[in-house]
Amino acid sequence: MDNERHLDGNALAGLFHDVFGREMTHECGCCSNCGAENQLGAAWVYRGAGDVLRCPNCGSIVMVIVQNTDGFRVSFEAIRWLQTSA
Amino acid sequence: MAGAALPGRLNWLIARATEIIEETERVRSIVLDCPGWPGHLPGHHIDIRLTAEDGYQAQRSYSIARPADDEQVVITVELVDEGEISPFLIEDLRIGDRIEIRGPVGGYFVWEPSRGGPLQLIGGGSGVVPLMAMLRARVRAGSDVPVRYLSSARSHDDLIYRPELESISSEVEGVEVLHTLTRRKPPDWTGLEGRVDRVMLARQAWPSFTRPLCYVCGPTGFVESVANSLVALGHQPGRVKTERFGPTNGG
Amino acid sequence: MSFITRGFRGRRQLDAPADRVPPGQYVTPDFPVLSAGPTPRVPLEEWRFTMTDPLGSERSWNWGDFTALPTETVTVDIHCVTKWSKLDTTWEGVSLDTLLADGTDRAGGHVLFHSYGGYTTNLPLEDVTGGKAWIAFNYDGQPLDPEHGGPARLLVPHLYFWKSAKWVDGATLSDSDRPGFWESYGYHNYGDPWREQRYQGD
Repeated sequence: MDNERHLDGNALAGLFHDVFGREMTHECGCCSNCGAENQLGAAWVYRGAGDVLRCPNCGSIVMVIVQNTDGFRVSFEAIRWLQTSA
Repeated sequence: MAGAALPGRLNWLIARATEIIEETERVRSIVLDCPGWPGHLPGHHIDIRLTAEDGYQAQRSYSIARPADDEQVVITVELVDEGEISPFLIEDLRIGDRIEIRGPVGGYFVWEPSRGGPLQLIGGGSGVVPLMAMLRARVRAGSDVPVRYLSSARSHDDLIYRPELESISSEVEGVEVLHTLTRRKPPDWTGLEGRVDRVMLARQAWPSFTRPLCYVCGPTGFVESVANSLVALGHQPGRVKTERFGPTNGG
Repeated sequence: MSFITRGFRGRRQLDAPADRVPPGQYVTPDFPVLSAGPTPRVPLEEWRFTMTDPLGSERSWNWGDFTALPTETVTVDIHCVTKWSKLDTTWEGVSLDTLLADGTDRAGGHVLFHSYGGYTTNLPLEDVTGGKAWIAFNYDGQPLDPEHGGPARLLVPHLYFWKSAKWVDGATLSDSDRPGFWESYGYHNYGDPWREQRYQGD
């Protein structure tokens, strides 16, 4: 594995709060590409023109968040499900 | 893990610096008094937002260094030479200055004594900050969770929180503190040397069969290497939490 | 209006000539690295650039062929949609005009660039011809660093820098306009920094 410049999903904790209105890093998601289940805080995060979250198991893009003029555009690419806790 | 979510909206609050502590030549702890602070858990971080007079804004995340204490938030900041925010916090910020913060966030990287252990903390450079909050919480709570704290720094003078860690390791049962130096060591050094690699972890970290909760924090390359080594040694990936500091974090 | 922080300035250059800074941008002395995924590592002996015309015919260059082409050295300002601009950046590369000069069928008017790692970006053909775009392999006199797009990246300085695709491996000419990576996530289809065309709908 390359020594990469990605961060952990935990680095987007504040952004998740802006987008979803709550703490999300501890919630689990299932990658629809490989089936792996991980907390959002464990995703690989690449920060480009927008924020790209990749599955820590297979590297597929699971979510992309772009902050635009109106608010946030969230693209759900490979999330089969997201589980929230109480 | 519902305990990691705290109630309340994530508003920007205005915090006032009440104390500045020189931890090392390039590292300062800043004690902030923040009216309206909802409290936090060990491992949480805050976002700091600075606004220049012409409206230019910069925002960075900083881990909280001490467990919750009323409306006090303590961060530990390392000077990044060409950083956007750390040079201001280290070189310009004065006691009485006010800055905008919001939080706490980052429940993924939280540990509290009720989660049990054993607890394995591994930090590189300023990656020790959230781990120190966890250790301080464990000590304050009088918990009996066994802890191994391993930090990596370039030299003895770069070890953050060293005096306090010495006291803790000699006075508190069930806490082992180890430091490894990667560039220079003092002549009488009895600690570890070299990078935190698989060999060092096999010898010094909780063995995987004890099923520890592992928290690894620091520069991206450090975290990548340590996390991979832990998994190679048999630790379950789900029990290894990582927090990478990258070029957009803490700079 | 946010709370002003006493004494904070940031790293931006405040004395940059205003006519070189598009609206909403700040000039930085740094060269920030942004990406959507891992940095591809492409050995030069495996590198290829393939131009595909609207009928599907391909023309391909390996590294040896490519670097034997006539090159140009240009000094340009670059503008990232995340608000930083960097002035007077110097690049060496092969002009798209040179690559298209061998009679590649240009019918259609659209081009989609693609990269090692899967990134794509779309542009009108007229925005990469007439001396407006290069496939650059040197930056500031040195071989282009992988984190900045090396071995070679597209360079289209008159548009936001997400259009200057890193790690290019080819271009497909077409008569239809297909949105590339960031365009499909809501960034502007064209991306003119002087008209502040950051997002779809701007």
